[in-house]
Amino acid sequence: MNNWPLLSLVTFLPLAGAAFIFFIRGDDKVVAANARHVALLTSLGTFILSLGIWLKFDNTTPDFQLVEKANWLPQLGITYHMGVDGISMLFVILSTFLTPLCILQSFGSIDKRVKEYMVSFLVLETMMVGMFCALDFVLFYFFFEGVLIPMFLLIGIWGGPRRVYAAFKFFLYTLAGSVLMLIAMLAMAWHAGSFDIPTLMGIPYPVSMQYWLWLAFFASFAVKVPMWPFHTWLPDAHVEAPTGGSVILAGVLLKMGAYGFLRFSVPMLPEATVYFTPLIYTLSIVAIIYTSLVALAQEDMKKLIAYSSVAHMGFVTIGIFAMTPQAVEGAIFQMLSHGVVSGALFLCVGVVYDRMHTREINRYGGLVSRMPRYALVFMVFTLASVGLPGTSGFVGEFLVLLGTFRANTWVALLATTGVVLGAAYMLLLYRRVVFGKLVREDLKNILDLNMREIVVFAPLILVVLWMGIYPSSYLNVMHVSVDNLILRHQAALGVKAAEPPAAAAPVQAKPAQEAAPAPEPAPAAQTAAPAASEPTPTQAPPAPAADDAKPTKQE
Amino acid sequence: MNGALPVMAPALPEIFLALAAMAMLMLGVFAKGEEKPRLFFYAGAVLLVVTAALAYLVTPKGGATIHAFDGLFIQDGFARFMKLMVLGASAFTLAMARAWFEREKLARFEYPVLIMFAALGMCMMISANDLMSLYLGLELQSLSLYVVAAYHRDNARSTEAGLKYFMLGALASGLLLFGMSLVYGYAGATGFDAIATVLEHGHAPIGVQIGLAFILAGLAFKVAAVPFHMWTPDVYEGAPTPVTAFFAIAPKLAAFALLIRVLSGPFGHMLPQWQPILVLIAILSMTVGAFGALGQTNIKRLMAYSSIGHAGYALVGLAVGNQEGISGVLVYLAIYLAMNMGAFAVILAMRVKGRAVEGIDDLAGLARTNPLMALAMALFMFSMAGIPPLAGFFGKLYVFLAAVHAGLYTLAILGVLTSAVAAFYYLRIVKVMYFDEPIEALDKAIGRTMSVVLTVSTIVVAFFFLVPMPVMKISEAAAKTLFPH
Repeated sequence: MNNWPLLSLVTFLPLAGAAFIFFIRGDDKVVAANARHVALLTSLGTFILSLGIWLKFDNTTPDFQLVEKANWLPQLGITYHMGVDGISMLFVILSTFLTPLCILQSFGSIDKRVKEYMVSFLVLETMMVGMFCALDFVLFYFFFEGVLIPMFLLIGIWGGPRRVYAAFKFFLYTLAGSVLMLIAMLAMAWHAGSFDIPTLMGIPYPVSMQYWLWLAFFASFAVKVPMWPFHTWLPDAHVEAPTGGSVILAGVLLKMGAYGFLRFSVPMLPEATVYFTPLIYTLSIVAIIYTSLVALAQEDMKKLIAYSSVAHMGFVTIGIFAMTPQAVEGAIFQMLSHGVVSGALFLCVGVVYDRMHTREINRYGGLVSRMPRYALVFMVFTLASVGLPGTSGFVGEFLVLLGTFRANTWVALLATTGVVLGAAYMLLLYRRVVFGKLVREDLKNILDLNMREIVVFAPLILVVLWMGIYPSSYLNVMHVSVDNLILRHQAALGVKAAEPPAAAAPVQAKPAQEAAPAPEPAPAAQTAAPAASEPTPTQAPPAPAADDAKPTKQE
Repeated sequence: MNGALPVMAPALPEIFLALAAMAMLMLGVFAKGEEKPRLFFYAGAVLLVVTAALAYLVTPKGGATIHAFDGLFIQDGFARFMKLMVLGASAFTLAMARAWFEREKLARFEYPVLIMFAALGMCMMISANDLMSLYLGLELQSLSLYVVAAYHRDNARSTEAGLKYFMLGALASGLLLFGMSLVYGYAGATGFDAIATVLEHGHAPIGVQIGLAFILAGLAFKVAAVPFHMWTPDVYEGAPTPVTAFFAIAPKLAAFALLIRVLSGPFGHMLPQWQPILVLIAILSMTVGAFGALGQTNIKRLMAYSSIGHAGYALVGLAVGNQEGISGVLVYLAIYLAMNMGAFAVILAMRVKGRAVEGIDDLAGLARTNPLMALAMALFMFSMAGIPPLAGFFGKLYVFLAAVHAGLYTLAILGVLTSAVAAFYYLRIVKVMYFDEPIEALDKAIGRTMSVVLTVSTIVVAFFFLVPMPVMKISEAAAKTLFPH
């Protein structure tokens, strides 16, 4: 099976499952049962197939792997081009990993219009996986936007009382941002004469153009991440979405924005990235501190976790733009970890919601005496979210802070307050829901986790611990790609200042060689940057950053 | 081979259609057509398809052009492409109209005859190569349309629609004529080729510029572009639904064909003069189309605003004015045809206990009562909003790509932003169908013609992304015939 188009198979297998479910006919109950089983089997099959990607993945090269290329719209130069590198590969796995769990979870909570639910979910999976594999601008946009349709339906049909409002807000917010990105993509493709992402990475754009392009991408990704102040759709969407929808929303959809920054903004628009880094820092810091405080004040469990997502994604954006190897790896790791942990937290909320049909924190308390297994599971994910060493949350946050500290001490310092606040709101939530006296009458008969729920949570706990105890299995995958990303970034900045009509940035250059031209342009870039919101050490001084590359490689 | 053909051969499809329509009229009058209107609907649809086949056959291969009537009439790849779409759309809407009219007890043989005359006018517009033949075709089409708008003559709204359309249409024709006379006065010719030669040197006399502005105003009325759109919502709402379906598709395509031919042919060298006008019209149309539809409760009115918006997007490609832009317009129009055909098939099928309804709320809960129809409608709506992976996305992609290439960034950015606004009302229809509880279920039986149209257009819209090549290729070839150099 060496020549199988593995990525296409993983991408489109769920779609085939959806088509199959679509044609199931018969009695309502039978249809529902069949739809559930087909969906679960399809998504499990997809997950197993996607592990094949990991097996075949070569850690030692930063190039795109498992590449598939075919004509799609040749007149416009648009191709069907798929491939993964160290940055995107794990997100594919994350998507395929979370989907079967969500589908399994929904067995207990979705009982109306099951068929449509399963079809939407599988279509959603296709779009997510496709987005992380796409190596063509239009193909990327195709999947990026295609996510909106199934998600809109998931929130709107199976959501809570304000589902319609939330679905519209989610859809229109995201759409308004991403249409600007489309224009930026078309402009870049026109400038470069190609829609091919790997090709576009090597093309230098005029600096004045970069600023506009960067802002257009920012409009799309900042909404998707979401960064403060573009986050207001998220609490609504999370609160109203069905549990499975929330999990995917937090687990994968938010990562699309950060992935976009990593895939487009940083490597393609290096000067603009440096120029706007203070902006990102500021917004991320505000997100971390402000939304953490907002989370502290929440009375709704889902809303609290939603706000915590905004705060956690703040670490991710800081890490990406700090542009040191640890920070970027930490950011990617934090994304993966957050995908699993916040997804799991939403599943935890879903468990009690399915039983009590309320998410109000005050309605719970003392669950530990009736639901010991649940209390344990919930504790693992709470602590992972807080960032306890030994869980996945620690590794991501620690690496981000470490890497950012080298780039900008103040940012790292302020971001660290988020860790403290994070512990505050998560532990408070846990205490109010799980500990204390069980006083409410209706809670006295609540049932502990059943077998199906244990099956859902077990793999999540395993992964959280695995990521926390032996993060190298994940870090090794991204290592070379991240180093390459940073080298290219610095090379692009360095080469540009030295000789304007620069050719494509050198790909395989050694860190030592790169360090030489790098320090020179740094002051120039700094003077160009606005001194507005951040003190001067804002820009990553390239020299120490390049030095960093060595120790991390030896790890 | 061209020389060997009689002088009228390129116009064979039009001649055939004219004779067929007149024969049908005679048959209807003298052979008691009143009693068997169904036959006339089917015959009309078949004859339109035959005409389309003829139009396909008479066109020379390989991008060549043939003329008839001393250069008044032109037949080329572009004309073939547009005629196939217009005639096909007319035939399908006619076939769909039958069941609706029969249920409303309005089926009369005049309707197919009028549609055939309108189609004849449209073919003439598409093949016009002279200001005179342009006007001839346009008026033949318009007069037929005025009558069909008021076809439900016992209904106040329908007659009002017809009258409104006639009054404003007559004004637009007046503007057009005035512009044409100015152009003739200053350029000294009515033939497109002759005008092009006069204007070739880049310096257009001021009279021609003013004349062109008037011509643009007249044609903008026909494509329902802002600020000449006022008639659209009222006429779309007032006219019987099958007539609205027809209005939204075929005449719009024909008017666009005319606009494209006029602007790329005789006035091609005046691009700097007309481009700002078109940019403005496009921006206004997209904006009004997006915001105007937000508050609508009647689905036909909503479709009217939607069609104004779509005219705006197509004008984006036209404003670019080069071959890439025109092929963008053609792709856009082809996809527009598929989406609207399907959407109107659903609207035509909207009945509660045998009574035709047209409120958006009447679609409530359609996903429960008729899941397949709801799915189809949802796909059309998402497609109109331009969301991938549906066909509408590719239409927008193509025109915006052309706009970005031509440096019209403002236009492109405003275009995508208004499309985000427009997404709201398309989503509202999806919301009504999928999120709301059914109040009164729509009737399930929708008829065979409707099912066929619905199935075909759903497949086109949903799976366009799998094989986008053919449409793109044909459109590009058609656009190329307009830019032979």
